[in-house]
Amino acid sequence: MKIRFTVNGSRHDLDVAPQRRLIDLLRYDLGLTGTKEGCSVGVCGACTVLLDGKMISSCLALAVFADGGAVTTVEGLARDERLHPVQQAFIDYGGFQCGICTPGQVVAAKALLDAIPNPTEDEIKEWMMGNLCRCTGYYKIVESIQKAAAR
Amino acid sequence: MIAFDYSAPDSLAGAVAALDEAGDDGKAIAGGTALVILMMQRLVRPSRLVSLRRIPGLDRIGPADGGIRIGALATHRDVETSPVIRERFPVLAETFRQVATLRIRNIATVGGSLAHADPNQDPPVTLMALGARVRIAGPDGERQLPLDEFFVEYYQTALRQNELIVGVELPFPAPGSGSAFIKFLPRTADDYATVAVTATLALNPDGACREARIALGSVGPTTLRAREAEALLAGERLTEPLLAAAGEAAKRIADPIADQRGSAEYKREMVGVFVRRAIRSAWSGARGANA
Repeated sequence: MKIRFTVNGSRHDLDVAPQRRLIDLLRYDLGLTGTKEGCSVGVCGACTVLLDGKMISSCLALAVFADGGAVTTVEGLARDERLHPVQQAFIDYGGFQCGICTPGQVVAAKALLDAIPNPTEDEIKEWMMGNLCRCTGYYKIVESIQKAAAR
Repeated sequence: MIAFDYSAPDSLAGAVAALDEAGDDGKAIAGGTALVILMMQRLVRPSRLVSLRRIPGLDRIGPADGGIRIGALATHRDVETSPVIRERFPVLAETFRQVATLRIRNIATVGGSLAHADPNQDPPVTLMALGARVRIAGPDGERQLPLDEFFVEYYQTALRQNELIVGVELPFPAPGSGSAFIKFLPRTADDYATVAVTATLALNPDGACREARIALGSVGPTTLRAREAEALLAGERLTEPLLAAAGEAAKRIADPIADQRGSAEYKREMVGVFVRRAIRSAWSGARGANA
């Protein structure tokens, strides 16, 4: 099936099989391996991307759902050599350890700050609830997002 | 996933025709959060998928005769954040807010949730307690079913193969009404409930219950309506013995299965506890509305 969409601002015209999932299209057809696959059932948040500004699980979305839309992945957050404030804050305040969940965390955090520029701690926790981290815990993730919001 | 043909008609009639033509090999898809998992696990293997995502206007939330209409393609997040639903049906906005995570609510649809017919889902519980009717389109036109006649069994509904959910309609609550949704979650916030209960009730000016509706989730093959408990409340004032009797009546219709969220006996016991709490909370809300 022919689909036309943008990923991180670049336009793509592709022929995809209907059973291709969005995450496979991103990782294997476009080489954007920043988006990770964890649980494959929409629970863990590692595969979080934005479709038309809304965060979704790319492991549960068919690639054809992106037809006519705009996808944002972790590769699209930095501008030239300048990291997105969320990415910089995760580095500065230790918001990650092993890093496998981090692309999903920062994409979700970017969507949060786009929707609520100065979130309360409760708003951060509710928004980020579906992005699981199994090593460093959540204090530093919450702190990183608070610092990014303050910048 | 097994290969399938995919079409995305741009009209309701086109989608119904495509499903009708596909027969038993066809399946409709909207947000896909339930169906894609079933397809990856090869529990469902449609050879033709008909996407509803291109049908314009099917995501609308707007007025209906004496109530509101929620389009089948409205997402969980749309319902959660809709100003009219927050104002007139706050219990429904709150119910949708408690479903899974924001990532899922951003794409999972109201119609998809009902068609999936998993009795562990939260929205059908509150929709049933609010007296929702399901609007269904098929080759011969449209029909409506009360939601409590829509679910048949685990993952089975009254939908025929060539029919689609167009949306649901909800009557505005009567003046002096109160409602409460309680989702018992002993594990994690994004889990399915161990027991979910919604109670809605309207009080007479003298403080007695005029009418009650109580629905249960996660404790049977479908979302359940606790009619015997409802009947016990009608005409009565709130007392401890009344609450206890309503809880016992609701326990009798529960038919839970044991899983990691609790044994069947435990879940049945919790039906009694949470039905009592939901009635008490809805009653207090109704009192506030009458004050």
